[in-house]
Amino acid sequence: MENERVKHAKEFLKLLSGHHGVSGYESLIAPLVIQEFQSSAEEVKTDRFGNIYALKKGETGRYKIMLAAHMDEIGLMVKKIDPRGFLCFTTIGGVDQRTLLSQEVIIHGRQPITGVIGSMPPHLVQGDGEDGNEAVKIEDMGIDVGLTHEEIQKVIQVGDIITFKRSPLELLGGLIAGKSLDDRAGVVVMQICLQELHRLYHAHDVIAVTTTQEEIGLRGALTSAYTLNPDLAIAIDVTHAATPDTMGQVSIELGKGPAIALGPNIHPRVYESLSEAAQNARIPFQIEPIAGMTGTDAWAIQVAQAGVPTGLLSIPLRYMHTSVETIDMQDVINSGLLLAHFIASLPEDLEGSLCY
Amino acid sequence: MLLKKLSELKGTSGAEKAVRDTLREEIAPWVDSISVDKIGNLIATKKGSEPAPEILLTAHMDEVALMITEITPDGFLKFRSVGLIDPRILVSKPVQISGINGVIGAKAIHLQKPKERQHALKLEQLYIDIGAKSQEEANKHVKLGDYAYFMTKFESLGSGFFKGKAFDDRVGCYIITEILKKNFNLALVAAFTVQEEVGLRGAKVAAYHLKPDFALVLEGTISADMAHLEEEDWVTELGKGPAISIQDRTTLYNPQLIRQVVNLAKEKGIPFQFRRDSRGDNDAGKIHSSREGIPTLSISVPCRYIHSSVSLVKQEDIDHTIQLVEEILQAIPDHFKF
Repeated sequence: MENERVKHAKEFLKLLSGHHGVSGYESLIAPLVIQEFQSSAEEVKTDRFGNIYALKKGETGRYKIMLAAHMDEIGLMVKKIDPRGFLCFTTIGGVDQRTLLSQEVIIHGRQPITGVIGSMPPHLVQGDGEDGNEAVKIEDMGIDVGLTHEEIQKVIQVGDIITFKRSPLELLGGLIAGKSLDDRAGVVVMQICLQELHRLYHAHDVIAVTTTQEEIGLRGALTSAYTLNPDLAIAIDVTHAATPDTMGQVSIELGKGPAIALGPNIHPRVYESLSEAAQNARIPFQIEPIAGMTGTDAWAIQVAQAGVPTGLLSIPLRYMHTSVETIDMQDVINSGLLLAHFIASLPEDLEGSLCY
Repeated sequence: MLLKKLSELKGTSGAEKAVRDTLREEIAPWVDSISVDKIGNLIATKKGSEPAPEILLTAHMDEVALMITEITPDGFLKFRSVGLIDPRILVSKPVQISGINGVIGAKAIHLQKPKERQHALKLEQLYIDIGAKSQEEANKHVKLGDYAYFMTKFESLGSGFFKGKAFDDRVGCYIITEILKKNFNLALVAAFTVQEEVGLRGAKVAAYHLKPDFALVLEGTISADMAHLEEEDWVTELGKGPAISIQDRTTLYNPQLIRQVVNLAKEKGIPFQFRRDSRGDNDAGKIHSSREGIPTLSISVPCRYIHSSVSLVKQEDIDHTIQLVEEILQAIPDHFKF
């Protein structure tokens, strides 16, 4: 892929990473997604659930291919405003309490407000007592916005959502670190795919769906797959990449190409076609066997309506659900290109090719 | 803005150069002499109408940070903390090492057993990911002994607060710089010290060779007036004025001196508070016990979430501290004695 496009993809990813859209509150990020997809799709629309559909028509348009990547992110929510003005909070999605201390956050109140999740002065933490060895519990944390209870009343209320304040940053070797790359990287993959499809012949219509509410139960995928009733679907998500502390738990590595899943959630022909497409296009890939639930949109899509042949393509990612999730940009690009080549390789008789 | 500049500078114990260079430039127009002593303290003098007494103002330039102690075969960096840092605040933070970015990640929640989440990650379990694929690649960018710093931006927050890193003790450096811009009858010597966070090392040397008649330590100090803590645990409170130390880990402050400051503050209507805990210490520990003993006081700006990646101070506390120091210096020698 040309440098110009790589650069653009990276900028789009950084833009999405730096913006905010917790599950159920994706309307904050949706305009950025819509604007970007308008450049590559013939039609972009949204549904009442907040899902965004970007249609790229195929030559025959006989079958519908659904791509799905979720745009929501994990976050926090204001639970209580204490009398001194500190905010107590709860979580939306799988947040590890150990990643929260000393983080800067944004409270999406009447206007965005910066806050800090305070930490105890280490001088007051007993070195060998229980304090320092135990993780601080979320109920013992508070967000400091530098306002009194009275001042807060005017701008923040219970139920307001909270996101992490984190600008994406570049590491060595084209790596990007930041928040909510899970699964904004998947959104970028779909955009790269649609762009690439402008240069490839493809028979079938492609609908790239940026789904909502994945982090709390794959709900956007559930409703959008029902709405579309596609003939084939590929979910694009992230998967754990190996780090020093995941020995024996994770075999996928950063920078070695997209991971193609197989297992009960995946239609065997789809897995095979994805691997073949990667081989034919000389795109590196990794195989990711998943023994049951994949925890991705693919899980909901597979059983939509009368069932949908489904595949799953994953971008390797380190430190999932932290504010420093790390990916290799080359894996993102390869995922997009692989998807496009896979779609272009699908036969006109899609239904026949998917027979068991 | 000088406080912003100072807060965002990188300078841990033994590596204060950036802070020293900036301060030297900032104070140059306002002082009579500037020098750097053998351990790296920045010393400035400002003549008064009388040569004695000589008043020492000190603030330390160093901040807590991380030091790279090992580069693993797969290119990750292991580290130790320089100064006191609770390892629990390190998880999920970006850092900068010698001009390149890194992140301190953690194993994903999905890969943890529920019990793991109850236990704090220890320093030995943490590492910095700079994106290097091998030790060889990492070696091209990072050397053993390099320092990793938090990347926190200085910004206003809420009503009258600042957030940033290293307020301990760049806020003291800022206050002394502001004081040096003013004129007093007294002979002033300012020492911007090194290595406070690893044992008050710079102050020990400075106090010995400067031999002041009276020393005033300007600090950013512990405030625990945070969520879920009761008032008796706060130590100091933001917005309640400069904190006067009574006792800390290394100094028992002279009650007559404290009383004079209290009386002065009351007389001038400057809000103040006492530092209400004996944990933690500062340069006063080495200064007050230097040579035959030097009368010493510590006056501090309360600082929430001190020694973490992001702390808060309140503008009015800084202003009131400057005001109080000014009043003390004006009251010497007639109305403030030591």
